[in-house]
Amino acid sequence: MAEAHKPPQDFTLRLRRYDPESSGAPYWDEHTIQLEPHRSVLEGILQAKARFDGSIGIRCSCRAAICGSCGVRINGQPGLACHTHLDKALASARDGVIEVEPMGNMPVIKDLIVDMDAVHWKKVQRVTPWLINKQPIPEREYVVPRESMIDVTQSMACIQCGACVSDCLSMEVDPLFIGPAALAKAYRFVGDPRDADQFERLKDLAEDPHGIYDCTHCFKCIDACPKGVAPMSQIMRLRRRAGDDHGINDRNNGHRHEKAFTSLVRDNGLLWEAELLPRSYGGDSFFGKFAPPAALELVDSLPVITKALVRRKVTPTGALKPHKIPKEDRQQLKRLYDTIEGRDDRIELNLYISGYDEDDEGAEEPQRVAADEGMTSAPGGSPSGEGSGA
Amino acid sequence: MPAHDVLIIGAGLAGQRAALAAADAGATVAIVSKVHPVRSHSVAAAGGINAAIDPADDWRSHAFDTVKGSDFLGDQDAIEIMCAEAPGEVMHLEHIGVTFHRNEKGELDLRPFGGASFNRTAYVADITGQAMLHVLYEQILKYSERVDRFEEWFVTSLILDDDGECVGAVARDVRSGRMETFVAKNVILASGGAGQCYKPTTNALICTGDGMAQAYRVGAPLMDMEMVQYHPTTLLENGFLITEGARGEGAYLLNADGERFMEKYAPNKMELASRDVVSRAEQTEINEGRGVGPDGAGIYLDITVVPRKRTLEALREIVNIGKDFAGVDITREPILIRPGQHYIMGGVKTDVHGATSIAGLYAAGEVACVSVHGGNRLGANSLLDTLIFGRRSGEHAAARASAMPMPSVGDDQLRRDTDMIAGIIGRERTGRRVSEIKEELGTEMNRNVAVFRDEAGLRHAHEVVRRLKEEAQTAYIDDRGTVFNQDVLGAIELGYMLDVAEATVVAAIERKESRGAQFRTDYPERNDDVWLKHIDISRNGDDVPDVLYSPVTITQWQPEERKY
Repeated sequence: MAEAHKPPQDFTLRLRRYDPESSGAPYWDEHTIQLEPHRSVLEGILQAKARFDGSIGIRCSCRAAICGSCGVRINGQPGLACHTHLDKALASARDGVIEVEPMGNMPVIKDLIVDMDAVHWKKVQRVTPWLINKQPIPEREYVVPRESMIDVTQSMACIQCGACVSDCLSMEVDPLFIGPAALAKAYRFVGDPRDADQFERLKDLAEDPHGIYDCTHCFKCIDACPKGVAPMSQIMRLRRRAGDDHGINDRNNGHRHEKAFTSLVRDNGLLWEAELLPRSYGGDSFFGKFAPPAALELVDSLPVITKALVRRKVTPTGALKPHKIPKEDRQQLKRLYDTIEGRDDRIELNLYISGYDEDDEGAEEPQRVAADEGMTSAPGGSPSGEGSGA
Repeated sequence: MPAHDVLIIGAGLAGQRAALAAADAGATVAIVSKVHPVRSHSVAAAGGINAAIDPADDWRSHAFDTVKGSDFLGDQDAIEIMCAEAPGEVMHLEHIGVTFHRNEKGELDLRPFGGASFNRTAYVADITGQAMLHVLYEQILKYSERVDRFEEWFVTSLILDDDGECVGAVARDVRSGRMETFVAKNVILASGGAGQCYKPTTNALICTGDGMAQAYRVGAPLMDMEMVQYHPTTLLENGFLITEGARGEGAYLLNADGERFMEKYAPNKMELASRDVVSRAEQTEINEGRGVGPDGAGIYLDITVVPRKRTLEALREIVNIGKDFAGVDITREPILIRPGQHYIMGGVKTDVHGATSIAGLYAAGEVACVSVHGGNRLGANSLLDTLIFGRRSGEHAAARASAMPMPSVGDDQLRRDTDMIAGIIGRERTGRRVSEIKEELGTEMNRNVAVFRDEAGLRHAHEVVRRLKEEAQTAYIDDRGTVFNQDVLGAIELGYMLDVAEATVVAAIERKESRGAQFRTDYPERNDDVWLKHIDISRNGDDVPDVLYSPVTITQWQPEERKY
């Protein structure tokens, strides 16, 4: 049973305020509110607004983590104000005061309100965010594998709150990066067997220099997402479909780079850095470096290579040989590769399908997508998306 | 000033569906919403949408269930239209991309739901409203050339011309504070319900009855306002919604004795009786001392009887809500719930095309009362209502627009509304805070205009509402700015809520019988001889509103005793 709730107590909120109509800079504003510890930071802010200062600006509506209005940063972490308990927020506070700021990567309009149109929604529009129907449209519903609809439900669960956009490191470096939320939205169509343009969508997102290969795997968006959408996982699934299923060899060398990276680790136990670039460009083998694209890229990279040599980051002899690790470690790694690559179906990174949740003690193991349902293929497993009747 | 064939106010499911339908019919369309469209409260609809899709099902069965659910107050012509058009509408949604869950054959899966005699609820896990709203917004983006979006614009008034026809609205750009007159040949209100008149409520903070009050203020009657739905399963803790899908998937309701008490109240349908019946049963258990939790104010909802894998797949959202807002793992232990305000069956009176009594003014969705829900709405019929009547009003308004010139509209209303806002911002700090008045209203409504009602309580509520209306005239706010001045919008919303609350209370006092969601302890029986009719509430200046009646349309189902 739920533990008995504790009585109300004082919490101090330090809110980042900004009044666009004054000439002043942003400033901090503190209010002490009284609520039970399991109440949300949003309820705290609303109490401050109701009792002390109605001019505090924050978007909010449902209070239950469904509408996606109240994305903010709490003690530096992006999330929904309504989805963060006061006691938990206090625990992560630096100095006993809960700090609430507007989200990052988007311009601030007033106080905690940011301009989502200028960034987030623009990026969503970039991915052609509507279904392009497979023809002919059936009279009744499209008949599609049961699992395929559950599969896209994870990206459908996105409430467009912008928490993932707020702290996307790639977007900080490259503001043109399409970004986690919009790419998760893209998966919702690429994974949908009713969509006719899956190849074109993937080709477009793979070839765009700010597309799927612009993500750096930092996991920040997975941490930030209040709905378990795991945007980075959706980006990785887009890559698998683009590179593995559709054989799209993008001009960004994203797919080839990934291949070269994984095979170098498989064969050598650790990454062989000097081989990575030539193989990414010239092909995934020792002879890759002799292919013209690799040679060009190597010549292009000469200044960097020279600098690295001069600063003794690498030595010529060190670069020519892979790192050494004990034989048994290498064999163990090989066994891991064999197990993963030897599976009939790949494991889909999907919470709805696996029922697996890391916070959830005693949760079942992730299951293979198709195993339970007796289907011929995982929804991610075939280029056409396996629309059996579509 | 922007001028369009059809101006839609509100961008939830009804508004977006109306916009798409009107655009498809060739009209120029603007859609105005005080929040970004995907923040609209349709997003919170969880369980699903009803339609007689299964070849073994029949829309007439759906219609009868709806009529019976409405306690025979629903208009049967409108219900027939809604249920007959439901399968086609659900297929349309499927075709534009809603990710409805499938059965083993890959066809739409259908789950059981309250008050239904057949499994006919199509769903997307327990985020059906969210999935539908986001997919409609995808379409709105696709229609960017044909539908002008005004996101985060707050409507302050509807505009009527000298002939009493609706020719537009005045709105304020929340972001800049700029006021604008929107000229339109037709206006469709699709701005949702008024749950914020109650505290607690499952409804979002934006559900402040704006459209109901706007229509009421220009003379459109509100119908069935006494019919306020209390949902049987809202979190005891804070009033959040636990979807009926939980009981659809097989969950039990248990009292302090561990008894499935619905046996006593609805031996056949048990937990899946209609919502008014289940909420009343729960409240009776609580009132008679068999409640559980703090002060015995709750009931156990036991979802552990549903297989865990199924719960994680099909009820994912409430797993999260249980964990995040009550600290309960619903797959392993029961959760404390109670009845809570959820839906307004009443609204702006319309015909089956969504047209109100004012030419050029339409209403669809929760803001409207067609009436398809009568005394009590069935679960998963609200999404259907928004789409069917959203589409129909969009089509009808577009057709009407094609045969008329663009009206010319002055800026009188714009100036009045600009002054009104300046007046609120400039008020002395002598009265009460807006937030205090809102709090008192919600608490009073939830005490005396709730599951069980009587004359004395309702009279008391009416006195309180009248007093709060006075106090609201001088209530003050803090924000003096123009950019995102949410404070001043809150003051305007308070005025909307008070109008809606008064209409609700007056109608509840008027109906001296028990039917659907209106249960009068002083008149505990349904009385078809006198009360098989709608109550229409019209504004009467600043005085207590006028009460009129209109007949219930009966086509094929005569009223009978209602048992589940």
